Amino acid sequence: MFKDSSLNTEKLVESKPGEERIKIVQKIALETQKLTKKFGGLIAVNNFDLKVNRGEISSLIGPNGAGKTTVFNVITGLYQGDGGKVIFKGEDLAGKKPHRIIAKGIARTFQNIRLFSNMTCLENVMAGQHCRSKEGTWSSIFRTSYQKKEESEIRKIAKRLLQRVGLWKFGDELAKNIAYGNQRMLEIARALASNPDLLILDEPSSGLNDKESEDLMKFLKSLLKENLTILLIEHHMNVVMGISDWVTVMDEGKKIAEGVPEDIYHNPLVIEAYLGKEEEEEEEI
Amino acid sequence: MKPNKNIILKNWPIFIVIIILSVSPFRMNNYWIDVFFFFGIYALLGLSLNIVLGEVGLFDLGHMGFMAIGAYTTAILNTHFGIPIIFLMPVSALAAAGFAWLVCSPIIHLRGDYLCIVTIGMGEIVRLTLINNPFGITGGPNGVFGIDFLSFGGPLVIDSSIESYFVIWIVVGLTILALINLQRSRIGRAWNCIREDEIAAESTGIDVRYYKLLAFVLGAGLAGIAGNIYASKLMIVSPESFSFIESCMLFCIVLIGGMGSIPGIIIGSAAVSLFPEIFRAFARYRMLIFGAAMVIMMVFRPGGIWPRKRGSVEFKSLLTKAGEDNV
Ligand SMILES: Nc1ncnc2c1ncn2[C@@H]1O[C@H](COP(=O)(O)OP(=O)(O)OP(=O)(O)O)[C@@H](O)[C@H]1O
Ligand SMILES: [Mg+2]
Repeated sequence: MFKDSSLNTEKLVESKPGEERIKIVQKIALETQKLTKKFGGLIAVNNFDLKVNRGEISSLIGPNGAGKTTVFNVITGLYQGDGGKVIFKGEDLAGKKPHRIIAKGIARTFQNIRLFSNMTCLENVMAGQHCRSKEGTWSSIFRTSYQKKEESEIRKIAKRLLQRVGLWKFGDELAKNIAYGNQRMLEIARALASNPDLLILDEPSSGLNDKESEDLMKFLKSLLKENLTILLIEHHMNVVMGISDWVTVMDEGKKIAEGVPEDIYHNPLVIEAYLGKEEEEEEEI
Repeated sequence: MKPNKNIILKNWPIFIVIIILSVSPFRMNNYWIDVFFFFGIYALLGLSLNIVLGEVGLFDLGHMGFMAIGAYTTAILNTHFGIPIIFLMPVSALAAAGFAWLVCSPIIHLRGDYLCIVTIGMGEIVRLTLINNPFGITGGPNGVFGIDFLSFGGPLVIDSSIESYFVIWIVVGLTILALINLQRSRIGRAWNCIREDEIAAESTGIDVRYYKLLAFVLGAGLAGIAGNIYASKLMIVSPESFSFIESCMLFCIVLIGGMGSIPGIIIGSAAVSLFPEIFRAFARYRMLIFGAAMVIMMVFRPGGIWPRKRGSVEFKSLLTKAGEDNV
């Protein structure tokens, strides 16, 4: 039914005016259409259209309370939207349960890290593979050979992921006992464990020092090579500008601008939204 | 390197416990054997509540209701239709599990104290229904009596204390094996994730509703089996055995022992069933001592006497495999 506006829709995008008209074929990984979310009288997200191109890093920025996290929560099913569509792989995901949405291929992290604190780092990443494994209660109770095989597969994948994010040495530590920066990476590893097509990160670099956040951005770039699409919320303008292929700006629940980073950087509406509201922030605009 | 020898060496405390448990009844009088039988019943009930409370963190203060369903299923079907106890064991488990599924489906989304209150209500409704003798089958406050012994056919009838002691502890042993396997599986992980952070669990792909119901159904099924064994041992079941205070005792077993810790649960059930016998003189102060113990525990060892140790086994197995990979 929604096939026409799917990932498979190939949009013909023209390059910048003035240049030779080269036609690039792009594919949209995720699209929201007229997404709306109300909290009582407050319209946190208002007819919001977002599009994320496949194989790119897209960013969603905006001042505090703009509604960015709420958009993520509606996309991942934690909140029930009050209207609009979330189109992913040709399907409207609006209203689906979170565990279904991650099974479809959208994995996320949280603004305030949400790990399974009293479980080990290894277990956290193993849990991330839940939707990609299937052994049930009886096969677990009797420890069938299939179950053992799947379990050892889960462990190996978890190990590989921990090694990639440089946390293998903490594999047997409880998640709550590792450093803050490492917890952020662990949460990303857990999200990656579900083998997603789209990874959405809510302020991944908040609380990280410059070195850590630089490493993180390098890591995210490296993920792109593996057929992954990334959507992130960021507060630090310089981070966003350095890494994003596409930026969407929202304020008071509405989209106020979108485009490539350079355009956004000079967009007067964006400057006003940031400067007008966030005198206390240290954004270099 | 002989693997068998290794298993015994590594788990020597467990084997010592098993040896003590299998030898000791031959050196005890019947009274103490019965005390240990009830220790076993509490252990089984504690393990069953541990699935719900310890693994998933769901406050269930009506757990005796599930045992009552199992015990009365056994009692009624045995006395009215003469069905042997052994066949009624799975039937009781299914009845309790089915009942849990029915009553918990609509309330499973409730959190923390709300769920707690509803489960108290559920346990009490079960007990009051049994007292009210619906259709004249539960025998009202007197209960149902004349239940057969467990019989495996022919001369193999469980009619002495020592035999029922072995029945309950073998069932406890098998249950422990099953639960250890569950803890090491994605099911157990999913349960623990829900306990740690429900929202993160849901976003990590865990069907929270399903796994919570699963915990209730399995926990109730085990409680149903405990009810079956209990009914055939006592030959009588009556509503007062399934009172609210007993549900509280089970709650204490899990909290004192350590949430999700199997050895902890065994220690907790020993505390609940053996101490009152050892300190007979203080019987009047039982609840007082108990309350004080709970308070002291919560202050000094909030994780329980024997908190669950996480991880190591899985981690070590990876370390050794890593060695092989690198070669
Ligand atoms: N669960 C909720 N109930 C009521 N109001 C909410 C809820 N969640 C968010 N809001 C409100 O919705 C608005 C948008 O919040 P949201 O968290 O999406 O902002 P944000 O853009 O992520 O901000 P920040 O940069 O501070 O993270 C805010 O006014 C917030 O107070
Ligand atoms: Mg936010």
